[in-house]
Amino acid sequence: MTFTVPIDNGDSVKIAEEESQRTLYPYVTGTSIVAIKYKDGVLMASDMGGSYGSTLRYKNIERVKAIGKHSLLGASGEISDFQEILRYLDELTLNDNMWDDGNSLGPKEIHNYLTRVMYNRRNKFDPLWNTLVLGGVKNGKSYLGMVSMIGVSFEDDHVATGFGNHLARPILRDEWHADLSFEDGVKLLEKCMRVLLYRDRSAINKLQIAKITEEGVTVSQPYSLKTFWEFSSFHNPTAGAEGSW
Amino acid sequence: MSQSIVDVSAKAGFSFDLCKRNEMLTQKGLKAPSFLKTGTTIVGLIFKDGVILGADTRATEGPIVADKNCEKIHYMAPNIYCCGTAADTEAVTDMVSSQLRLHRYETGRDSRVITALTLLKKHLFSYQGHVSAALVLGGVDITGPHLHTIDPNGLTETLPFATMGSGSLAAMSVFEAKYKEGLTRDEGIKLVAEAICSGIFNDLGSGSNVDICVITKGNKEYLRNYMEPNPRTYVSSKGYSFTKKTEVLLTKITPLLERVEITEVGEAMEE
Repeated sequence: MTFTVPIDNGDSVKIAEEESQRTLYPYVTGTSIVAIKYKDGVLMASDMGGSYGSTLRYKNIERVKAIGKHSLLGASGEISDFQEILRYLDELTLNDNMWDDGNSLGPKEIHNYLTRVMYNRRNKFDPLWNTLVLGGVKNGKSYLGMVSMIGVSFEDDHVATGFGNHLARPILRDEWHADLSFEDGVKLLEKCMRVLLYRDRSAINKLQIAKITEEGVTVSQPYSLKTFWEFSSFHNPTAGAEGSW
Repeated sequence: MSQSIVDVSAKAGFSFDLCKRNEMLTQKGLKAPSFLKTGTTIVGLIFKDGVILGADTRATEGPIVADKNCEKIHYMAPNIYCCGTAADTEAVTDMVSSQLRLHRYETGRDSRVITALTLLKKHLFSYQGHVSAALVLGGVDITGPHLHTIDPNGLTETLPFATMGSGSLAAMSVFEAKYKEGLTRDEGIKLVAEAICSGIFNDLGSGSNVDICVITKGNKEYLRNYMEPNPRTYVSSKGYSFTKKTEVLLTKITPLLERVEITEVGEAMEE
């Protein structure tokens, strides 16, 4: 919208009102992230898909990244906003390193920073369209928390975003317990990711599991899960109703 | 006889006269009636010898729990049961159940599950989704065990395991993780109970107890309140004490009905 303002000497100058820049809807999105605390730290699983509406456009997106020495950030939602958040965190960790005081940002601090960023953006009606999962280990204590795009933030022993809330959370509530071993933790995460693969339309069968312990971060190579489609009902779905489909 | 100028609508196809009437009424200010949804978890699975259906027992009216222990598994035929989500399902299930009984008298045979399925699907489709009944229909007939789901729009699916309702994702995650073919009766019941409990504890629209119905060839078991994972744990041991100002004036018990024993045996009705 533009309007003209008459100035003293009679000339008019067009001053353009700033076009509002608001995020109205996400474009390229990642689906759920599932994360759990285990004996030595935190495990986080995500698939590598980026959907553009209903097309699976990108199949090689890493949605879990290491932040500093002590944290792991996973994001679902708009991928470009996730990349923006990574830039903010880069700046943050860089400035922290420049103090050169032997201290480094732990997961709790990064979680707090992200909560502030997300909440402030939401108050300006220009949210970063992501749900973030922050996991990490510092001084032997593991930490796992979540921030949503409107700034809702909390800490828990197991978290899931998006569809994972409905499909993975029930399994985690039943079967998670403290001091899981690494193998059990991975098995539990794979169980959740398999259900998501069956029932979430934007999930793909290419996932990564990231692990963070006191020693550091390891992100696994992408791999796929075995699925089972050989139910006898599927072979002959019209067994009882001849002629239907 | 005068010639009819008005075009009489053909018997086939949809008649939208009532839609016009509804529009006219809403324009005049009539609020359309809202419906009582029950937010639910209903599941079914096929095991080695038949079908197991399960349901929670909470009926909600918006945010309030209207009935803590309602029955969501409805009888359709001696060998067919149907779980439903909302209030509309009671009416639809009753109607189809009576149609099935008449059909049984007509044919002299046991009802088949696809007969119930077709009757339900025809009815729901003709109402284009406005009859909000989502059903899990299961039974064992001469052709074997069958399990179907029916959407309010009339879409049906034939599945080895199925969940419907607001708690369907929680229950489906249990099924997808743990279902195998050829389960025994006990394994099947345990899995159904686990799926319903997952709905009860993870979905706000479902709660209270678990109902289970096991249907096998020639036999059915309706296990009402098979599991009660939400007992009332705190009951005051002191009972209820009234304040001093309250006085009990009179205690009188009036029986409402008098039981009358009929000793004479009448003649049997003629066939």
